Amino acid sequence: MLSNLVAGGDRLLVLALILPVASLMLAFVLGGRHAERIALATLPIGLAVAVAIAAAVLHGDAPLHTDLGGWAPPLGVALRADGLSAIMLLTTAVVMVAVGLFARADFQVPPGTTESRAPFAFWTLLLALWAALNAVFLGEDLFNLYVALELLTFAAIPLVCLDGRAQTLAAALRYLVFALLGSVLYLLGAALLYGAYGTLDIGQLAARIGGDPLEPAALIAAALMTAGLLAKTALFPVHLWLPPAHAGAPAAASALLSALAVKASFFLILRIWFDVMPELLAQMAAQVLAALGAAAILFGGVLALRQARLKMLIAYSTIAQIGYLFLIFPLVASPETAPLAELRNAPGAWTGGALQLVSHACAKAAMFMAAGLIAASLGHDRIRDLGGIGRALPMTLFAFGIAGMSLMGLPPSGGFMAKWLLLLAAMQCGQWWWMLVILAGGLLTGAYLYRVLATALSTQGPSPVLVKPVDRSREWVVLGLALISVLLGLVPLSSFSLIQIGRDVSGIGVGLP
Amino acid sequence: MSAALIVDLGLTLLILGLGVWTVAARSNNGAVVGYIAYGLLVALVWVRLAAVDVALTEAAIGSGLTGLLLLGVATRLPRSARLTRPPTGLGTRLLAGFLSAAVAGGLAAVVLLLPDPAPTLAPSVAANLPATGLGNPVTGVLIAFRAIDTLLESVVLVFAIIGVWSLAPKDGWGERPGWLRPAPLGSALTLLAQLLPPIGILVGIHLFWTGATAPGGAFQGGAVLAAMWVLAMIAGLARPPAVSRRWLRLMLVAGPALFLTVGIAGIWLAGAFLAYPVAYAKPLILVIEAALTLSIAAALGLLLAGPPEHPSAAERQP
Amino acid sequence: MSSVTLFGLCGAALVGLGLYGLIVLPGALRRIIAFNLLGSGVFLLFGVIARRGGGVIAGTGSDPVPQALIITGLVVAFAATALAVALLRRLLQETGRDDWDEDERSDR
Repeated sequence: MLSNLVAGGDRLLVLALILPVASLMLAFVLGGRHAERIALATLPIGLAVAVAIAAAVLHGDAPLHTDLGGWAPPLGVALRADGLSAIMLLTTAVVMVAVGLFARADFQVPPGTTESRAPFAFWTLLLALWAALNAVFLGEDLFNLYVALELLTFAAIPLVCLDGRAQTLAAALRYLVFALLGSVLYLLGAALLYGAYGTLDIGQLAARIGGDPLEPAALIAAALMTAGLLAKTALFPVHLWLPPAHAGAPAAASALLSALAVKASFFLILRIWFDVMPELLAQMAAQVLAALGAAAILFGGVLALRQARLKMLIAYSTIAQIGYLFLIFPLVASPETAPLAELRNAPGAWTGGALQLVSHACAKAAMFMAAGLIAASLGHDRIRDLGGIGRALPMTLFAFGIAGMSLMGLPPSGGFMAKWLLLLAAMQCGQWWWMLVILAGGLLTGAYLYRVLATALSTQGPSPVLVKPVDRSREWVVLGLALISVLLGLVPLSSFSLIQIGRDVSGIGVGLP
Repeated sequence: MSAALIVDLGLTLLILGLGVWTVAARSNNGAVVGYIAYGLLVALVWVRLAAVDVALTEAAIGSGLTGLLLLGVATRLPRSARLTRPPTGLGTRLLAGFLSAAVAGGLAAVVLLLPDPAPTLAPSVAANLPATGLGNPVTGVLIAFRAIDTLLESVVLVFAIIGVWSLAPKDGWGERPGWLRPAPLGSALTLLAQLLPPIGILVGIHLFWTGATAPGGAFQGGAVLAAMWVLAMIAGLARPPAVSRRWLRLMLVAGPALFLTVGIAGIWLAGAFLAYPVAYAKPLILVIEAALTLSIAAALGLLLAGPPEHPSAAERQP
Repeated sequence: MSSVTLFGLCGAALVGLGLYGLIVLPGALRRIIAFNLLGSGVFLLFGVIARRGGGVIAGTGSDPVPQALIITGLVVAFAATALAVALLRRLLQETGRDDWDEDERSDR
């Protein structure tokens, strides 16, 4: 059966791309209560498709690949899923399922109406975001990826201002301008690469760029694309749009945006530097990217510590956690680690980075949803007034706490494993300064989470008055997702071989088949 | 220096001058009008670059529809909002100027250093075009070779519609979009709106029809049709339909849905998603283009019409 | 210098101009216009690349692949402008403000 899966792998890729698109169109036309039903029905199918793709990649021990329309690149457009793509598709599906189940209570069509604004928008946009993310993770053509990025922009922006308050409209507008600037710089880079090499296919570009002396266009293109994608990923210092946008959105939407949307543009930065650009150039860029990442870890942590509102704190924590992702670059691209033959199949910085992507996605989505439950029950999310919430909402707070464990990097969580692997890699290649940053970041994370937990668990003062009782089934969803982020740390590292499929991690920029 | 080069130099200087104007103009209206004129001149550049399909799209969408959109908001901006704001600091302006000049300089260097002969897919397109039964290579790329981009791009328009509709103010859901208020009766615009649509609809259909062989196609045709619809709405000859209408939503997804259906059928009929069986390629493509033209026209028009509003919101408009 | 190179330099200058406007201009409308300027500079550069690739064979004046991509890009840019304008108009309706500055304080 597994070999059937591998044989039909190309159709699985197409299915992952068109399933959310088809569901979205159906939900758009039927509207009303059907929008929610269609979205909920799509969740398990989408998850199954993602699992099937991961199984096919793992079993076949090779990336899946398909030429759309039967036209091979450079004339046509291809889709491709390697191990990392498969993991991102799977993470997306898991978070989608959790957020979909969580959001049911918030986005119901009120009785007596056939259709209302927020539920219609939320359920169609959930599917839209899913379609966009899958398109990003499967894309193999730089222009096709531009369209995917724009799909993501159009799906993400309206989620920010679903509740219609003026400040969320302002946050959405600012997010939109940053996102559009990012896309257009990315497009400019893609155009220059076409002008220099006559193809937009990532594999072909890598082969052509690697074979010749570097065109000046390639250098400028890589710089422009990276700058644009950084603005979309909200890496310090182009992070300004993120906190108001992610904190102002409804909890379910914040979870999607913080856990998944910013990862898509990061994924493309990875692809540009590891799959398109030659190794030498990647090594130079790596130090700059990691320095920005280090600044984000420290700066985001300090600012999170100073926030008065829980959702703002979580949003600033996203800025810091994104910073960790950028430490992958010098550790994977280091000339010290590259020749070490024994590292080739050993889990290293690459696995650590992928684990950080996945565990942060699950933990951050769980945290935003937990914060949403707290805010809905109390009627506010001011941190200093959270006293006694530990007694009133023990399960929600527990979920928040164990998601926090993963962010802090406490064992045995997935976040611990991620940060541990990054630490080890930093030590192995003698770049000890990144170790200091990782440790300082962990302390800062501990400090801002302690601030929340200490207030919430304090036994002094009266129990807080709950405006609304909390829904037990929603607490289970949040807890489930938080548990996944922790349990990732208990999975034996050898089973992460999926992450390595389709790329020779120690040697960078090796042409793809 | 040849005569053509002198003309092109003049065109470039005009475009750059208008570009500077849209950034430097004191009034918002002035900047918008400058941008519309700029867009029309850029369309001329596309003709000079032998890209007639792009020129048509630029004139219809880049200049025309975008101009209408920007004018709609410029006339509503409060005068005070501009005056009370402190100007950007000198430090920021210097830094921005330095950054922008560096980017422009880098790009200029790239333009001068692009490889010669230029890499191109033109021969590859020409060699494979007969398989699609089409005569216009640009349409061939859009509908066949890179069909996935076009499919996703028509889906982008659906996303954008959802996004704009989701901004509906309180009580607005299910109503008609409220931003295209009829202009005062008897104005020049009304006259224009009564005269233009019949001609424009013919032009739009012609563009779609000739797209298979000559410049034109779904996007250009759809844009012209949308522009005519918008004019008719401004003139009060047509009202935007309520967003709850099932037929409207069907119209908006007809293009991408049909494209997707034919694409899926291609898996069995032609061996790959979005592949066409050679014998039926041309008729299938024409049907898809027709549906796309319709959906694109509806989407572009509705993007201009804004989110749905309760009828009483009209008086509260700033 | 050929006309094609001239238009290429024009595109480069427009990108710089749009970028500058996007950073320094006050007011969302002016930034939206600057974004469109930047976008058209990018399309123009892509168009120049297409034209350079078209001279190779007789019959096509310009490489059709970039042309198709530019058409797609123009439609996407319009949709983006429409969404931005819609957000701006709603912000105006709700607050009378025409930009997103000064909104963090109230969020605290």
